[in-house]
Amino acid sequence: MASPSNNPPLLEVKNLRVEFPTRRGTLLAVDDVSFDIAPGEVLGVVGESGAGKSLTGNAIIGLLEPPGRIAGGEIRLEGRRIDNLPYEEMRKVRGARIGAIFQDPLTSLNPLYSIGRQLVETIQTHLPLSAAEARTRALGLLKEVGIPGAESRIDHYPHQFSGGMRQRVVIALALCAGPRLIVADEPTTALDVSIQAQIIALLKRLCREHGTAVMLVTHDMGVIAETADRVAVMYAGRIAEIGPVRDVVKHAKHPYTKGLMGSIPSLGVRTERLTQIDGAMPRLTEIPKGCAFNPRCTERGSRCLVERPDLMAAGTSRAACWLHDRGGVGVPIPKETVDA
Amino acid sequence: MLAFILRRILQSIAVLVAVGLVAFSLFRYVGDPINAMVGQDTTMEEREQLREKLGLNDPAPIQFLRFIGNAARGNFGLSYRTSEPVGRLILERVPATLELSLCAAVFVLFVGVPMGVYTGLYPRHWSSRLLQAVSLIGISLPTFLIGILLILVFAVMLHWLPSFGRGDTVHVGWWTTNFLTWSGLKALILPAITLGLFQLTLIMRLVRSEMLEVMRTDYIKFARARGLTNRAINFGHALKNTLVPVITVAGLQLGSLIAFAVVTETVFAWPGVGQLFIQSVQFSDIPVMAAYLLLIGLFFVLINLIVDLLYFAVDPRLRSQGGGARVAGH
Repeated sequence: MASPSNNPPLLEVKNLRVEFPTRRGTLLAVDDVSFDIAPGEVLGVVGESGAGKSLTGNAIIGLLEPPGRIAGGEIRLEGRRIDNLPYEEMRKVRGARIGAIFQDPLTSLNPLYSIGRQLVETIQTHLPLSAAEARTRALGLLKEVGIPGAESRIDHYPHQFSGGMRQRVVIALALCAGPRLIVADEPTTALDVSIQAQIIALLKRLCREHGTAVMLVTHDMGVIAETADRVAVMYAGRIAEIGPVRDVVKHAKHPYTKGLMGSIPSLGVRTERLTQIDGAMPRLTEIPKGCAFNPRCTERGSRCLVERPDLMAAGTSRAACWLHDRGGVGVPIPKETVDA
Repeated sequence: MLAFILRRILQSIAVLVAVGLVAFSLFRYVGDPINAMVGQDTTMEEREQLREKLGLNDPAPIQFLRFIGNAARGNFGLSYRTSEPVGRLILERVPATLELSLCAAVFVLFVGVPMGVYTGLYPRHWSSRLLQAVSLIGISLPTFLIGILLILVFAVMLHWLPSFGRGDTVHVGWWTTNFLTWSGLKALILPAITLGLFQLTLIMRLVRSEMLEVMRTDYIKFARARGLTNRAINFGHALKNTLVPVITVAGLQLGSLIAFAVVTETVFAWPGVGQLFIQSVQFSDIPVMAAYLLLIGLFFVLINLIVDLLYFAVDPRLRSQGGGARVAGH
């Protein structure tokens, strides 16, 4: 589980900003986000809806939906800058160096083509293989992702597969040209709970075998705890805390992460009620001054209302919270009571 | 699949019998055919004899069965106007109409679909907006006006193209064709554009809106994430997914092109079945009108049958459902 931190990182994201120009001004949806992913590492990215985790993923694969755009920072893959590549250059990176898996396997596959055709098409786009060689490779991948009877199933159409099987096909498609990194955006959210664990185990096993790194975007802390090496917690477009998964789960450093962990039911411990974080994440138009989390924070002080914290060392993790600064939070300010 | 085809053929026959009933009722209720056939000085006895001889005194159902039976063998009786067999009269003119409709259909599909794809892919580009605006003109101007304007510009003012008729034609068996002579081809251009323009704008707008919809789907986003080329995404993945509704509409349009060639044929004095129909209406030539009605009904039914079969070729989801499922929107 130890992250190979001495190797040069596979993916470097530095000060990434994603903004949406709207009629009422520009919204900053991802604000100054930086992180690395080492080769073969699984980085979990968690956060509430709208925290900017999917947008960060889309920015990395170069598929931000207009009018969203990268407004600053840089993204490097294997040392090469990819955020400013022309469309055609980036197209050659997508699928070949970075694979992607989306949320809904039912709609990710083109209904009019057999899965074999979609696999062969992707393989031949990126690798110099003949049709027959590509088909052999496709067949191998289908077996690897656990499609029973792959020889006969390869010519079947997406509607002839169940949701879980389709997500396996999607994983095969993401892996088929041998990418170094996979951006998996909520890969199990649309699936049955019983299937979710299988798919996660499959993804984890395949990536370990192929040495593929994964950026696993999800709001399911359970999935993260089981799969990820490190985890980044996002809040209102920024990283609130990032660190090794054990530390973040067991010894959260940021009050937001603590709240998030408290909201997960655990079997061993009997509690009357699960803790919940009062209030809701602010809209992009109404991000408060200082720390974006301050209106909901139980440990805030005067400094949190005026100064925005950057990520700072907090034990083995890094957290964006003044609690871990030598200066502290200042004079404690009790949280305003929020009507439920 | 086979059961589906069989069912569709039976349905088609039922539709044709219904059209036959309408055609048959023309004989019964649009004036008295005897009046049209005899002179003013014919006596009542002679009229009655003729009536008996033509079987007009038999009960209506018997007459109807006789009409359908004859029609099925291609026998539509004699034209009141020229006393020629109606079947031959129509057969002589069918090639002109079919060739005109075919040219218009080719024009519609090969210009309209690419225009729709282009405006769907680049909806914000100024040229797409221009095409959208121009297509409004195509939809709102009546066909005869477009025909007359084209004649004015290209025939009267520029003298580039003929303003009427088929030009020189060549006989291939009983079929007469425009395609083998230069003047025949030139004569086709203006009528084909006139006939097709309305349908072209329709298909362009349909393809555009379907493309816009498909480009938003997850499988297109996933195709991009797989790094496929734009060409493969736009034409392989997106266009094919727009085809089912486009085939439906294109099939109906081809039928309309044949049926509504009436106006264009009149404007361009095109010797097709549409023009024959207009002349027949003026003379109350009921056998020709009835036969025309059945012919158009037959074309529509055939085209719809082909459209249904094309669905199977395009969409694998229909193939596996035992053939009974229908495509939404049809």
